[in-house]
Amino acid sequence: MEREVMTFDVLIVGAGPAGLASACRLKQLDPELNICVVEKGSEVGAHILSGAVIDPKALTELFPDWKERGAPLTLATERDEVVLLKDNRSSIKIPHWMAPKSMHNQGNYIASLANLTRWLGEQAEALGVEIFPSFSAADVLYDENMQVKGILTGDMGVGRDNMPKDNFMPGIELHAPFTLFAEGCRGHLGKELIRQFKLDQGKDPQHYGIGLKELWDIDPAKHQPGLVIHGSGWPLQGDTSGGFFLYHAENNQVAVGLIIDLNYSNPWLSPFDEFQQLKHHPLIAQYLEGGNRVSYGARAITKGGYNSLPKMNFPGGMLIGCDAGTLDFSRIKGAHTAMKSGMIAAEAVHHALKNNETDASTFEARYTQSWLYRELYKARNFGPALHKLGRWLGGAFNTLDQGLFNGKLPFTLHDLQEDHASLHRSSESKPITYPKPDGKLSFDKLSSVFLSNTNHEEDQPCHLQLSKEEIPLTVNIPLYDEPAQRYCPAGVYEVIDDDAGKKLQINAQNCLHCKTCDIKDPCQNIQWMPPEGGGGPNYPNM
Amino acid sequence: MKILVAVKRVIDYNAKVRVKADNSDVDLNNTKMAINPFCEIAVEEAIRLKEAGSADEVIVVSVGPKACQEQIRTALALGADRGIQIETDDIPESLNVAKLLAQVVKNEEPGLVLLGKQAIDSDNNQTGQMLSALLGMPQATFASELTLKDGKVQVAREIDGGSQTLSLSLPAVITADLRLNEPRYASLPNIMKAKRKPLTVTTPETLGVELKTHSTLIKVTPPVERSAGILVNSVDELVEKLKNQANVI
Ligand SMILES: Cc1cc2nc3c(=O)[nH]c(=O)nc-3n(C[C@H](O)[C@H](O)[C@H](O)COP(=O)(O)OP(=O)(O)OC[C@H]3O[C@@H](n4cnc5c(N)ncnc54)[C@H](O)[C@@H]3O)c2cc1C
Ligand code: SF4
Repeated sequence: MEREVMTFDVLIVGAGPAGLASACRLKQLDPELNICVVEKGSEVGAHILSGAVIDPKALTELFPDWKERGAPLTLATERDEVVLLKDNRSSIKIPHWMAPKSMHNQGNYIASLANLTRWLGEQAEALGVEIFPSFSAADVLYDENMQVKGILTGDMGVGRDNMPKDNFMPGIELHAPFTLFAEGCRGHLGKELIRQFKLDQGKDPQHYGIGLKELWDIDPAKHQPGLVIHGSGWPLQGDTSGGFFLYHAENNQVAVGLIIDLNYSNPWLSPFDEFQQLKHHPLIAQYLEGGNRVSYGARAITKGGYNSLPKMNFPGGMLIGCDAGTLDFSRIKGAHTAMKSGMIAAEAVHHALKNNETDASTFEARYTQSWLYRELYKARNFGPALHKLGRWLGGAFNTLDQGLFNGKLPFTLHDLQEDHASLHRSSESKPITYPKPDGKLSFDKLSSVFLSNTNHEEDQPCHLQLSKEEIPLTVNIPLYDEPAQRYCPAGVYEVIDDDAGKKLQINAQNCLHCKTCDIKDPCQNIQWMPPEGGGGPNYPNM
Repeated sequence: MKILVAVKRVIDYNAKVRVKADNSDVDLNNTKMAINPFCEIAVEEAIRLKEAGSADEVIVVSVGPKACQEQIRTALALGADRGIQIETDDIPESLNVAKLLAQVVKNEEPGLVLLGKQAIDSDNNQTGQMLSALLGMPQATFASELTLKDGKVQVAREIDGGSQTLSLSLPAVITADLRLNEPRYASLPNIMKAKRKPLTVTTPETLGVELKTHSTLIKVTPPVERSAGILVNSVDELVEKLKNQANVI
């Protein structure tokens, strides 16, 4: 099919913190540049879900006057608590000096990253950046030398049967000397580019977590604006690691969430139900009781950090932010690092454009001289320590490493097993029974998904594609009791057992674009593809 | 012939409506907003008429704060030619909107005025009817089919249990129902072009319309939540519960 072509100076895939920071930086460096950003969400910020306690470091470098410009970072963190939940009733508060230094949050802000992203979008548009929400990048386009020459936007108006409908609108080719991929954790194009250019050669495998989050309106009497609580322990059992957060934000709201490392081994584990249970712990319930849940969502995070960070530049483009994996897991903060990586990339791309180069190869040197490199290097042992040494010893190690030695211990721990390979057989694992939701603190999946405002045009091809149709029946159901029905936070995967036998049903309309299935499927059989632009969650204030 | 289409900025139909904690109104803070779906259908119809050669200009009008320019731009990206924003602090009640639109119609003299049958936020279903009365023009509401022929417009309207076909002389006011058409997607190049299409901003004062308040919003409450059902183990238990707990038998 002959497709329409539009050409820009720089193309950016994804209007998240990384993509928008790079767009702004490019315009600051050269206001004449034609910059196009495509975003699969229905508007900028619609697909952004984060904690969030935000370190303003990168923002201050980008817009030193962000306060005057009205950036939605207004609530400074007041007090930090680090706790360990021993069981369903008790907890221990870790004294400040014993908690890893990375868990201290002075100088940071409690905010909604979705709203900060909306604001960044306004700044970018004021600088002249063209942002196109509801347009997904469906494919990478290469030239005859296998240099990236742009992207193809997704077709719109295609029916479930793959046939064009009356309102069919073919995708168009967007071309540019440089394309920056800023899709966030587990970008589907990023995944292809890493494979295509072997960007992960010599690096540890990437590691991930799934983060679930809710926003609550709470009783004003219980609200302590600026209070930040981090913790781990109950209800996670055995070798499952992860941590929870509870942030007292503005307007009598709290954000509560749980992040579970996706290298867990028990296929019976349900991250959603662990999270629902967590809220019953008195430490958390004391704030939520009598309150109202207003929003729910989930998103995977890229947590491999320094050891897993792929090479970020390649001919004709770059990977930036969580699409590459710039999150600092020792602080569970990725917004400022994503922004910084986008800003450094902008400088490297600007240099390359000026010198007519096709590869932004000065990125590496710029990056290694930046605070971003130092921050990620310092945190390199954090995740592997937890995985290899377990929660207790690993935690102690991290206190020592991050606190006393400031990340300078002269060795590096590696974690070489891929997350999808860690599942044990269901027959060899202890089944977990979760208590029924009480409808006050805990809820079922469907009523939760309802609060994410997710929606997809019904009559379109399924965007969750199985490489091999038969795998659920031949491998996943018999060996793992199809873990997707439990790890998917939106109830997309359902095993139907009727007269015709078992089969996997995919309710793609509920998808939250968290990418967990693409990561955790034991056979790597599920490919998350972008659905029709504008589909997916519509998160307000997440 | 010119066609004038009115569009309203409303909460997106995918977004969950949340009531403010003090019940004063719906909470729209950082909520996704969009062009009212029925207005979008009206825009699509106008563009189709232009594409068919029955009209030569499509003008979109929206009443509201600056943010409603987004919805005007959406209509321009779909194919409308120019936009007019009538700047007000909030979106005023239907009669005020109808008076403002009437003034624009007097200035622009379109051959046809298209509106959505109602907005999905307040569900008033009034503006089109009021506008036609103010202008003394014929009206056809809930249009599901529309044809221009020999200086007249023929409209099929959805009515209870069937359809009614009317013929109106022009100029006329028509409000669009769901089945009139399925709006197209705006293409990326057209969205870019829309940014450069003319959009003028005017005010109620300039139009000589005084906004009046005829009703006050007292409170908004969310629907009561359905309480969870219970499972009973036997007919006897059911009868017992109906008798002693529900007190219905
Ligand atoms: C539960 C949770 C809590 C967190 N807490 C914190 C915290 O407290 N502090 C902190 O700093 N960080 C936190 N993070 C991490 C932080 O959210 C991420 O590091 C950050 O969002 C990464 O930014 P990004 O721009 O790289 O990607 P994202 O924010 O994921 O943005 C990517 C954008 O690209 C779009 N996109 C993706 N693919 C395509 C495509 N093919 N075509 C078009 N558009 C596309 C997406 O819709 C999205 O808008 C948390 C994350 C989670 C999940
Ligand atoms: S289908 Fe996959 S990407 Fe969508 S919500 Fe479920 S796990 Fe996440």
